[in-house]
Amino acid sequence: MTKTKIIPVGPYHPLQEEPELFKLYCEGETVKDIKWETGYNHRGIEKLSESKSFDQVFFLVERICGICSTSHPFAFANCMEEIADVEPTNRAKYIRSIIGELERLHSHYLWVGLAGHFLGYNTVWMWAWKYREPILDLFEIISGNRNSYAMFRIGGVRRDINAEQIKLIRKAMSDLKKKNELLTGAVMDDPVIHARTKGVGILTKQDVMDYAAVGPTARASGWEIDVRRDDPYAAYDMVDWKVITAEEGDVFAKAEVRLLENFESIKIIEQCLDGLEKEPEGDIQIKVKEIPEGIGTGHAEAPRGEVFHFVKTDGTNSPVRHKIRAPSYVNIATFKKACVGQTISDATISLAAVDPCYCCTERLAYAYDYGTQKKLFDGNQLVELSQKKTEEIRKTHKL
Amino acid sequence: MDKETLIENIKNQFPVDIIDTSVIKDKRVLAEANSASIINISEYLIKTLGLRFIIASAYHTKAGIEILYHFSDDKSGNILNIHVVLPIEKPEIESLANMIPGANWIEREMHEILGITFKNHPEPEKLISEGNWAEGVYPYRKNFKS
Repeated sequence: MTKTKIIPVGPYHPLQEEPELFKLYCEGETVKDIKWETGYNHRGIEKLSESKSFDQVFFLVERICGICSTSHPFAFANCMEEIADVEPTNRAKYIRSIIGELERLHSHYLWVGLAGHFLGYNTVWMWAWKYREPILDLFEIISGNRNSYAMFRIGGVRRDINAEQIKLIRKAMSDLKKKNELLTGAVMDDPVIHARTKGVGILTKQDVMDYAAVGPTARASGWEIDVRRDDPYAAYDMVDWKVITAEEGDVFAKAEVRLLENFESIKIIEQCLDGLEKEPEGDIQIKVKEIPEGIGTGHAEAPRGEVFHFVKTDGTNSPVRHKIRAPSYVNIATFKKACVGQTISDATISLAAVDPCYCCTERLAYAYDYGTQKKLFDGNQLVELSQKKTEEIRKTHKL
Repeated sequence: MDKETLIENIKNQFPVDIIDTSVIKDKRVLAEANSASIINISEYLIKTLGLRFIIASAYHTKAGIEILYHFSDDKSGNILNIHVVLPIEKPEIESLANMIPGANWIEREMHEILGITFKNHPEPEKLISEGNWAEGVYPYRKNFKS
């Protein structure tokens, strides 16, 4: 009889924004089932939001995610502006889109780097993270912070982007275009990456629709949804860009979608800068006197997919109910489809493929024999297992 | 599908179970529904009209426990909110998770924070409060004292 072993991946790190525990139920090398546990660090942000004023909620929701910190204020601003029935100025809209797209760029590079590391491509990791640095520098120049930019408010943005900064962003984008071409070529033409990621962790279109997955996870399986196009907000309907999709639904398709989306983000930023130059400087916010009673639903396309905020107000200065749905909440559930049937060495990259802010929890992973409770692997060994598989493919094909 | 067609479709399909409809704002529609028919309504929205389940938001008011099921029509950008009210004495509703696996977690979460019972849920285990919270204490109810 085959013995079932459980491999827990995660969690228990209070500093990580998304502590999570995956239990991989394995028979031999094959993953037979996966279960998920959370709540180790439930921060009660929805409840906390009810005790804050609307202006304070922006700072609270900005701290939900450390990597895509602007996507929650973005969705919350859309939501509150729906209730208050106001529309920001064009200049504010352009600035919002620039911040949103810069964030998508740095988040996608972060993912490409991590995915490279999991696969044993540390050069890809170093390259991607090197290219990410100038984007963080731009954030520091614009907002004073490399992360948590505090740019959003109801009715506009807090800081303007001046002519000098526009020049710097333009220069950074033109540099980045060449680097992105190099990186995209290196990743998409590599036969070993093909061997490790093609046909691995497949999600069919029906799978992503059933699990209501969003973002690159959905788009890589041929489901063409993108809030920026479907329900345009900020300046996304004022610029020309296209939604990137792939049909295969495997890890490679998800990488492809993200890498090609980077080109679209650069295109959007450049057009927004053109728009910004035509708008009067300093016209970045309108006054919103009060928030009436009502309900609002705001969403925004974060790097990982749709962020959704629902707010119910009663005419006071705080939300009565604030529901937040981050994209990982629906994307992580697809692991059940993506990982079952895979080998343990492919499970690492299949789990990482939906970009679930995984880097820190990964270090705390370990595996043990279900029967004897004897430790089998820890997190580093799981990554090593994945890297070893790449090495074997390289050797077999003499690459 | 524009929002007028969307409203007309659900009204025609469920003349009794859709109690009222209103347009909150451009691209935002609210429909009051009978909680007993949530399965049929959701099935029609997803399988026939091709809408996407976004999430559900639940909250405690004087009327009882209210749930808003948010659906998105990605082709037009419309968001349809299906509103149901459950009595506070017995907040019970049929689970959507058998039909929409994406509703599995949010229903378990709503059970833990507000004490709503989702009938026939395929995996009625705790999601966020395993080992952390006292039984029968629902922190998102308005009478909860921390």
